[in-house]
Amino acid sequence: MSLSFLLLAVAALCALSFYFGRQRAVALSGGRYSNLHSLPAHYGTYVALWCGLPALLLLLVWHSLQGSIIQAMIISELPAEITGDAGQLSLALNSISLIAAGNGQHLNVVPEVIDAGQRLANLQTIANAAMIVVMLSGSVLGVSLSYRKISAELRARNNVERIFRWMMIACSAIAILSTVGIVFSLLFEALHFFSKISPVEFLFGLEWSPQTAIRADQVASEGAFGAIPLFVGTLLITIIAMCVAVPVGLFSAIYMGEYASPKFRAVAKPALEILAGVPTVVYGFFAALTVAPFLRNNGAVLGLDVSSESALAAGLVMGVMIIPFVSSLSDDVMSQVPKSLRDGSYGLGATKSETIRHVIFPAALPGIVGAVLLAVSRAIGETMIVVMAAGLAANMTVNPLQAVTTVTVQIVTLLVGDQEFDSAKTLSAFALGLVLFLVTLGLNVFALKVVQKYREKYD
Amino acid sequence: MAAVSQSAMTAEPSVASPKMTARDLNLFYSDNQALFDVNLDIVERQVTALIGPSGCGKSTFLRCLNRMNDTIDGVTINGKVTLDNRDIYDKHIDVVQLRARIGMVFQKPNPFPKSIYDNVAYGPRIHGLVNSRDELDEIVMTSLERAGLLKEVKDRLQSPATGLSGGQQQRLCIARAVAVSPEVILMDEPCSALDPIATAKVEELIDELRSNYTIVIVTHSMQQAARVSQRTAFFHLGKLVEVGETDQIFTNPKDERTKGYITGRFG
Repeated sequence: MSLSFLLLAVAALCALSFYFGRQRAVALSGGRYSNLHSLPAHYGTYVALWCGLPALLLLLVWHSLQGSIIQAMIISELPAEITGDAGQLSLALNSISLIAAGNGQHLNVVPEVIDAGQRLANLQTIANAAMIVVMLSGSVLGVSLSYRKISAELRARNNVERIFRWMMIACSAIAILSTVGIVFSLLFEALHFFSKISPVEFLFGLEWSPQTAIRADQVASEGAFGAIPLFVGTLLITIIAMCVAVPVGLFSAIYMGEYASPKFRAVAKPALEILAGVPTVVYGFFAALTVAPFLRNNGAVLGLDVSSESALAAGLVMGVMIIPFVSSLSDDVMSQVPKSLRDGSYGLGATKSETIRHVIFPAALPGIVGAVLLAVSRAIGETMIVVMAAGLAANMTVNPLQAVTTVTVQIVTLLVGDQEFDSAKTLSAFALGLVLFLVTLGLNVFALKVVQKYREKYD
Repeated sequence: MAAVSQSAMTAEPSVASPKMTARDLNLFYSDNQALFDVNLDIVERQVTALIGPSGCGKSTFLRCLNRMNDTIDGVTINGKVTLDNRDIYDKHIDVVQLRARIGMVFQKPNPFPKSIYDNVAYGPRIHGLVNSRDELDEIVMTSLERAGLLKEVKDRLQSPATGLSGGQQQRLCIARAVAVSPEVILMDEPCSALDPIATAKVEELIDELRSNYTIVIVTHSMQQAARVSQRTAFFHLGKLVEVGETDQIFTNPKDERTKGYITGRFG
């Protein structure tokens, strides 16, 4: 029985228990629901939750333990010459699971391993069957206990709401814990990297060339891990992007919010927001195949030497990508400026543009700053456009016509190589990721603080 | 003649030489008519109070007098409103200059999130009324003085206006309106968000301002209308029911509806 089928069965059981729980409550009420503590549907939900939750909890626990327990059982049966060596053991375990899945016919392995593979297949079948039995009995137990508890005095409504509250807490805990988990995995790999390369060299070094030797006998450079050129490149592209996104986004927000007729706004605003829905890889094409050649050709006409992967092309396209972000956020904050302030200004004989410049814009400024900072953190973390359009050479330059590289581009290239995973080259990706994470986190926290502070003032 | 029959219905809407007049004024919010054939004269250097139950159109009428309704979508107005015998809805009239001549104070104090000084200086600055810093200082000081606020704020002109109390904020808004030297000041329930002490101060101020400005005030408080105004107009369901000397309206109303409203039988 597959897992999805099992879940469907549990759902069906829940529906049934809802029905019977409700029926019983209706029967108890004697036709007048006000005789009951809660509505009949609450009693139904109560029983249904007691049916579904134990089953799901047991499933979760079982699944998280099953793998490691079975593996321990298999390992204990293997001969010592295999279990003694960590490399051999992981190879053997791989073969065993292949055999168990029925894909091991062509493997050239010792008979013990083949036996173990068959044992694994058996154990898995048994475990799956046992799991179904345990789950269903959990359900049945839950239903029978809760069904018997139904009485006019049972506070089903309060119980149901308490269970829902715990379910919501669990969901938010999952969201938070996974973020924490990501941070820690990043942190440990980065620490690993910093044990090989000193943080001072990484953060302040002026040269980036992570190509180290793959094998000990290979002739290659030592590798340099000074990340400053990457930071400069990232900053350069971000600044170019902001030079496009901030004025265009802000003015379009002002036009949409203050000048446009409702009809035009109804069409133009969603159209602008479609820009936000374009996959970044499409922007990447656009930057690499349209904008970059255009800049290079026109640069040649003007006698400028524009490289075919220029910071300018990537930055311009990234700016276009961020326009809807800036415009919709600043539109929000400007529309939150109370109407009374506009009226006050109009009442003194100010024109629309005077009102916007002297009253609305200053009042909305903290919120707009917050919006821009959020957009900056978007730009810093943006990957696809720069991977396709910005190039790989870690040039230390502020000339937007040359190729630069960014932190995100380097992370991608470092991790798609075929080097061993504990070399300084691959590990440096995690250190870069950590820096990126800390910078964008800082920006986001700061920006949200600013926006928050502004909101408190008017709500 | 609609105007004539209307004037026969309502008591003395026209006076000898009015500062502002409204003639056969109709206003629609999309398809809903909010004002019906309103005819009213505003006398120079007097306080005219507009009273009536909520939703009767008195605020809407007030906002017609300086074309603030222009900022609302879907409003259509027909009829005629004049200021010194010129039609303010004429297409040659510049709304910006019009609003400089007809200032407005709103229901809720709405100081800009700027300093006290900059709030008062806002109007003179955008209208280019001053050529030097000294002149601007002069205008700010006299406006604050006129609004009876100078004593309380003269030591903190650069601190944010939003830090003032509600009553002070409202007087600041009056100072801000006065700073442009308007001829008419419109007040839309200026005391409804204030406590009794602040209200008393603002009422006293309105009484003083009367010597220099023509004032139209919308109020929900009959006592306030009786205390500060010389003329009172009673609106009901978008129509001007009765207008006259305040004393006459409150002691001897001609219309049954006016009588019912001021004695508290409805509204």
